[in-house]
Order: sequence, then C-alpha cells, then structure tokens
Amino acid sequence: MFKTGKDYIATRELEVAVNAAVALSRPLLVKGEPGTGKTVLAQEIARSLDAPLIEWHIKSTTKAQQGLYEYDAVSRLRDGQLGEERVHDIRNYIRRGKLWEAFTHEKRAVLLIDEIDKADIEFPNDLLLELDRMEFHVYETGETIRATQRPIVIITSNNEKELPDAFLRRCFFHFIRFPERETMEQIVQAHYPDIRKDLAREALNVFFQIREVGELKKKPATSELLDWLKLLMIEDMPAEALRTQDAKVAIPPLYGALLKNEQDVHLFERLAFLNRARR
Amino acid sequence: MFAPFILQLRKAGLPVSLTEWLALMGAMKAGVAGYSIEDFYFLARATLVKDERHLDRFDRVFGEVFKGIEGSPDGLDPMALPEEWLKKLIEKNLTEEEKALVEALGGFEKLMETLKQRLEEQKGRHQGGNKWIGTGGTSPFGAHGYNPEGVRIGQEESRHRRATKVWDKREFKDLADDVALGTRNMKLALRRLRRFARQGEATELDLGGTIKGTAAKGGMLDLHMLPERRNAVKVLLLLDIGGSMDDYIRQSEELFTAASSEFKHLRHYYFHNCLYERVWTQNRRRQQNMVGTDELLRRYGPDWKLIFVGDASMSPYEITAPGGSVEHWNEESGIVWMRRLTSHFRRVAWLNPLRQDHWRYTQSIGLMSELVEGKMYPLTLQGIDGMARELLK
Repeated sequence: MFKTGKDYIATRELEVAVNAAVALSRPLLVKGEPGTGKTVLAQEIARSLDAPLIEWHIKSTTKAQQGLYEYDAVSRLRDGQLGEERVHDIRNYIRRGKLWEAFTHEKRAVLLIDEIDKADIEFPNDLLLELDRMEFHVYETGETIRATQRPIVIITSNNEKELPDAFLRRCFFHFIRFPERETMEQIVQAHYPDIRKDLAREALNVFFQIREVGELKKKPATSELLDWLKLLMIEDMPAEALRTQDAKVAIPPLYGALLKNEQDVHLFERLAFLNRARR
Repeated sequence: MFAPFILQLRKAGLPVSLTEWLALMGAMKAGVAGYSIEDFYFLARATLVKDERHLDRFDRVFGEVFKGIEGSPDGLDPMALPEEWLKKLIEKNLTEEEKALVEALGGFEKLMETLKQRLEEQKGRHQGGNKWIGTGGTSPFGAHGYNPEGVRIGQEESRHRRATKVWDKREFKDLADDVALGTRNMKLALRRLRRFARQGEATELDLGGTIKGTAAKGGMLDLHMLPERRNAVKVLLLLDIGGSMDDYIRQSEELFTAASSEFKHLRHYYFHNCLYERVWTQNRRRQQNMVGTDELLRRYGPDWKLIFVGDASMSPYEITAPGGSVEHWNEESGIVWMRRLTSHFRRVAWLNPLRQDHWRYTQSIGLMSELVEGKMYPLTLQGIDGMARELLK
C-alpha cells in the first residue's frame, strides 16, 4: 500500500488513486500545475513499494515504437559491409525500449511516462494495446514480449494536448491540486526538518502573497518554494528581512528562485513601485 | 445500488463508459476504498473523471446521488437579490467615467432609490412590461431589457444588443476545442492554408540523397538526413466573444477546433465587438489576462496570417469614435487599431458567422469590411475555402 512518506506528503485522495492503480494494474494519469510533484510521485511510489523505477521522458520527437524497441538497420548494414560476425543474428540489432525493460524486469517495476502530452497527438493511441494487455510483438524476431508482472505505470501530463478518449478510458486519473497552506507547511517540514520556524512562516506568507498576484505568467509552485527556502537557508536570511518586505511593496530577496520569467519580474517591479508611490 | 449514479453522471454530461464502471467495481472488490465514504468518493473520482474540467460536475452529481442534496436553481430569482448586494456589486464595477455617466442620468442614488421602491412594489418574478424588474422588459432595471441606459442585474447573456455600458462583468466560457463532430469539413477547407517547408532538426532519412551519396562513395554507406515536412503557415486568430456573438458560439467553437488541430503555429486572442488597444488571452477572467494590441504587432511578424472571427455587428460609433467601446474608455478609435493591424500583417481576412445576405442591413459590417479591404467571408465551408485561397495568394 502506498502511504505518505517521510519526504513526500500525499493527500488521502492521491493515496487512494495510487492504490487503485496498483491494485488493478492500470496506468495512473497525473495532471496538475507544473511543480506540484507529479514526477516525484513516481519516484516516491517506487521507494515506498521498494520497486525499481524506469523513467521514460517524452519529447516532441519521441515515437511510441521507441518505448517498445528499435531495430537498428543502419548499423547492421554497416556491419555487413565490414564483415562482422554478429551481423548474422538480428537480435544484436534490436534495442530494447523502456516498456520492454519494465515488462521483463524480474521485480514488479514502476514505469514513469513523463509529460506524455509533449509527444505527437497520436502517441497515446499507439500505446493503447501495449498498456492494456502489457504485451507486444517484435516483428523482426517473431517473438512476443509479455509482462511477467504488470508494471505500475504512472503517466504525467501538463495539458499541452488533449489525450484521446480511448486512452483515458484505460487510466485512473488524478489531478494534483495546489496544496493548501497547512499541507504546504507539512511539505516544508518534510523537506527541511531543521528550518527555523519563523523563517518558514514568513517565507510561506510571502509565497502565498505572490501566488495571489493574478497576472503572473508562471505562478511559483511547490518545487520553486523548496528551492527558494533552500537558498534562504544557505544565505542564512533573517526572518525579519522577509517580514518587512510585504510582497506588494518590494521584490522578495532571491526572487530568481520564485519568478522564472522576466515579464513576471517586471510586473513585480511595477507593482512594487506603484505601491510605494501610493504610500 | 450504484446504477443510478452512473446514469446521473452520464446525464450530467460526463463521458463515463462501461470500462470505467467495471474498473471502479474491480477496485471496490480489491478493497481499495475500504468502508469509508470519503475513500469511495476519491476512488470513484479517480476512476470515472478523466479531465479536471469535469471535477466540479462530478462533485455535484456525487452529492446529489449520495446525500440527496438538491442542485442549485439555474436562474436567479430577482426578488431574492438583496438590495445591499446589488448596490455593492454595481459600485464595485463602476469606473469614475461610468459614475459620471450615471450622474448624468439622474444620479446613482436616485436610480437605486427607484430600484428599491420597485423591488418593494414588485411581487414575484416578472417578465415583459415596462416598469417591473424582471426579464425581457424596457425598464431600466433587470435583465434582457431594451432600455439603453439600463442597469443589468446578474444575467448571463444579453438578449438585445443595445446597452451602452455592460456593467456586470460577464464571464463567458472559453471556447472549448472539444467539438469534434462536424469539424472534419472545416479541417479539409482549412487544409488549403497549408504550405509545407522542411525546417528544424534532420530526423528523416533522405532516401534519394543516401543512394546518390553511397553510389558516389563506391558502395560505402553514406547516410543523408533531412528535416521533416511541416506545415509552416502561421495563423493569428482573433475571436469576438460575448454580446451579439452568443448565437454563434457553436460555429466559432467548431472553427477553433478545426484550426487548432490543423496548424502548428496558431495563436488566438479574444476581443469584444471591435478591436481596441488590448485583447485577452483567455476568455474567462479577462481582467487578468490582457495583452496589449501593440504587443501583438511586436510579437508576430508580418508573415503571420491574421484572421478575425466576429459578426462585426455593433453601433458604428464603436468603430469610428474614441470612447466608443461598450466596456471601457478607449483613447483611440477602433479604426485606428484596425488600420494598424491591417498595415502590419500582409494577409488579413475576416470570417463572419452572420448570413451573407443579411450583411447589408448592418452599417458596421460594411465599415469593417472596408477596413479589411473587402476580405470578409461568411463562416461557411465556401467562405473558409475562399478565405484560404485569398490568404495564400
């Protein structure tokens, strides 16, 4: 059973979703704001179930076939010209993909398919059968690869493209909501157990104030907050430095960790200027 | 016992299928949810909802089925609106200029006093007529009315397009691009707008080049690669939203769905009635998602094809006069902004969902059509086809 761990705070709803996916061996599709721990979730499941983690990061050029296997015809051709011995066995030129790895692992593996929406619009459709039956056919050698133990598949998406219905139907779905303040405190506590209480409190104040500014292009999320806190701790920033700096009046110190976009920084400078002028 | 639940969900428009239902049953059998109603809720949600946009609808159905909570009434009863609240709402949404305008109409206090008086006199919901607050009348109060200086109270869409200032911040739905049916024809028409070019990283095997190269090297393999063929046409879509466009939302949605799957470079923005100094990236919460129109000029080069979608039906002042906008005070008139855009972008067209034979009855359509140099097309297959040909000339 998957449970909230020492370093990863999962809500009860997330636990239920993960456990359902594990129990029924169906893929779990996780969506949510960037930086709310979608990718980390897979690592955490792997750790808590003591299972190996296989990560497949998707890019816009990734093809579904690459996850199964690739036949390297070019290097075989080249070997043929050079008269190499291994050219006679086609299996030498079949490169295993991540799905193959996950299917044939001796332990039940956790397979992370990260940012599936980055790929071509047909990509999820091409994996339907493979993920459903957990088997596929290798045409070159005529063998069928079947999962000995169905891996736990975690799929993340940033909503850049709509996923096809047929694909969605086979998944469990969970939308990671942005954590409430209380959960956020737990998360901070889990990551930095020895952080000064006052610093954490003030930093969270500033952080939530920033998130309230509506026009930000990219709102800072959990991962940004954690980075920022780490910087604050390294700099040994006194809590007062944050307290006097109401986020509406000035840009918080070390803002680079929170604001990732020069337009957002400009916006902040402008807001700060306006607020100061009003005083 | 759960059968009514799935039926209710389907009735509420959630695409729940048997596969998901069986998955839920399987998970229940496997004991994932245990005996807690909360866990069952989480489990049902993870199984049956596949899109965060549906979460809210799911919650409502869940509440109805399992707790017997009744859904909220769809229409607001005008009598149920506390007067204090109305006043606050209107005050909050008024700018200084607008307040001055109200002053000119006899004063805000007076207006509110009359409103209060009428609220007291009125009994029950009212429709039609010229005095009572309700829907569909000519009284200055209430929704769907004719009175041009009217105060609109909490309605979702305007029925007649005459109000001089729209006071309640309307929140329209973003154009959903999930209308798949009926877009195939449009896609085919839009396909004319393709212009292929090989750009980016070389990922495809250039068979001809490879054979030539290998032959030239006397049989030693010499691989040649080339980039994939992609549609290089860039389209900037500006969509009119709200007000008189309400009747054409479906058509616009279809166009949008077709376009977004057809072009790799497609950007879209929203405007209201006429183009002024700013546009919106999202239709909802427009106050937060504004982009300056001059920003568009800077961001997108003249090679982008600019397509307006709108009915261009408005009072001519909204185009010609500074301050003519129905929503805010615009320093420069719509004409100035339209000219700026049409002179920047080399190819501009306007798609109008209104029937072509009705165009001549509205003066502003003629005006707009002139501003885009006559490149106004009806939002029909032939229209899109004609537009595509024109844009590629």
